Amino acid sequence: MTMSQAQPASSSPGSASRGVALGRRAVTYILPFLVVAGIWQVASLFFPPFLFPSLVDVFKRCIVILSSWSQFSDVLATVGRILAGLAGAFIFGTAFAVVMARSRAANEFLSPILTLFQGIPALSWVVFAIIWFHGIEPRIFFIMVMTTLPAFAFQVLGALQGMSRDLTEMVMSFRPTRFKLFRVMIIPAILPDILTAWKVNLGNASRVVVVAELVGATGGVGYELLQQQQVFDMAGALAWTLQLVLFVLIAQAVLTMIERIVFRYRAVSERTL
Amino acid sequence: MTASQPIISLQQVSKSFGKPGAVSSYVAVDRLDLAIGRGQMLALLGKTGCGKSTIFNMIAGLTEPSSGHVTVDGRNPFRDFDSFRGKIAIVFQGDRLLPWRTAVQNVELGLEMLDVPAEKRRATAMQWLSTLGLRGHEHDYPHALSGGMRQRVSIARAFATDANILLCDEPFSALDEMTGRTLRAEFARLVKENGKTAVFITHSINEALEIGDRIVVLKRPANIAVDLPLTSETTAVEKEAIRNQIQTVLAA
Repeated sequence: MTMSQAQPASSSPGSASRGVALGRRAVTYILPFLVVAGIWQVASLFFPPFLFPSLVDVFKRCIVILSSWSQFSDVLATVGRILAGLAGAFIFGTAFAVVMARSRAANEFLSPILTLFQGIPALSWVVFAIIWFHGIEPRIFFIMVMTTLPAFAFQVLGALQGMSRDLTEMVMSFRPTRFKLFRVMIIPAILPDILTAWKVNLGNASRVVVVAELVGATGGVGYELLQQQQVFDMAGALAWTLQLVLFVLIAQAVLTMIERIVFRYRAVSERTL
Repeated sequence: MTASQPIISLQQVSKSFGKPGAVSSYVAVDRLDLAIGRGQMLALLGKTGCGKSTIFNMIAGLTEPSSGHVTVDGRNPFRDFDSFRGKIAIVFQGDRLLPWRTAVQNVELGLEMLDVPAEKRRATAMQWLSTLGLRGHEHDYPHALSGGMRQRVSIARAFATDANILLCDEPFSALDEMTGRTLRAEFARLVKENGKTAVFITHSINEALEIGDRIVVLKRPANIAVDLPLTSETTAVEKEAIRNQIQTVLAA
């Protein structure tokens, strides 16, 4: 037997064990969802459909939403609002954080304001937005930005302040331009915290957007949920909710994938926490 | 170029930390006069906390003196900070490698600041890693390298920019004796071969005797207690006498 003939035979047990590991991971991931779905399905047998509709009905409604452009565009509108709001909050929040990190006076001035904003309930921002703005999109954008901006600002500020002084000093010893300092040191150093901030704020934003659409929109998942509530259609309400949940899961998976690629330099300990 | 031409000069330099005149103000450097010639390898020796690193940071332009003048090549390294790009390289006490960069990318760092084209940058970095015995580890991340290997990468990073002045802050103190000795010898050879001026901070008398062609012992707060020139002709007996002299000064 030559080496080339021997190669596939020796690699097959490895790939088989990898397949088993992958399958096990998939089952571990899916199992909690299956258990919840099972409990729901059992409940549907004992309760009327307007309280606990069967999963088949919910699934059918999901298919209708995904296959009908007029309905799916509502999902896309909500997704767009979430992403636009998060992007806006991230940009403004990062700008605030940079100013606060550079100037103690700015930090002392802005910190209490951001804390104050953090204490204002999302529903209050909805009311303010309705009073202050005319258009639906500016209203929702404003609500999204105001509710997620403080968290972004504080998380980026924490990341900037927590940067290794030794490493910063080392990079500074090479006399970088401001742009290069950002590129080689600051961005890679704060990236883990930025991704965590996005993950956390993604969940917050998906909850806030529904509240915003519920009150002040004529389209989107929140608006559709309001319609389902008015006709007591639990299957519809659940199907629309699942669209949003699905988006959050996909977005989280994308962020996790980015983390895996960007943080491949990290040492992996054989012993976990 | 001769050793008598000072490339680094500190005139009546003082540095204190804390508010001026405050009770808690701490004087780290006290009216220090020091001139370092081109091509000289100065070992700066002193007890822990005597202000060695403060002097180092002032020469590097990372800290401004409270009073007095620091000049490097005739300019103020703190105020003319950017003009020293590529002129001063530092080997720190710890390796200070960027964990998100591979060994070769870490060595390329200084060259990136100098806008060296990517291909040339890579070739230079690879050559320095090879010189320091790290062939085969170029694409390893710092966490995959041993302490000695990481320190070699940081030395390669300093040499790669071809800076005329090398500042070294106890670069081998965290390494075991054997690795430290090997790297020290390698470092001294590279400095001499490449005609660099080096300021080498240490608290080890052996290291200072091994590496320096001039030893300055500091008292606390930092000021020269004794300034001892060494040459290739300095005999073992003379070195022993110097060692005793340094020990006496440090014990005082």
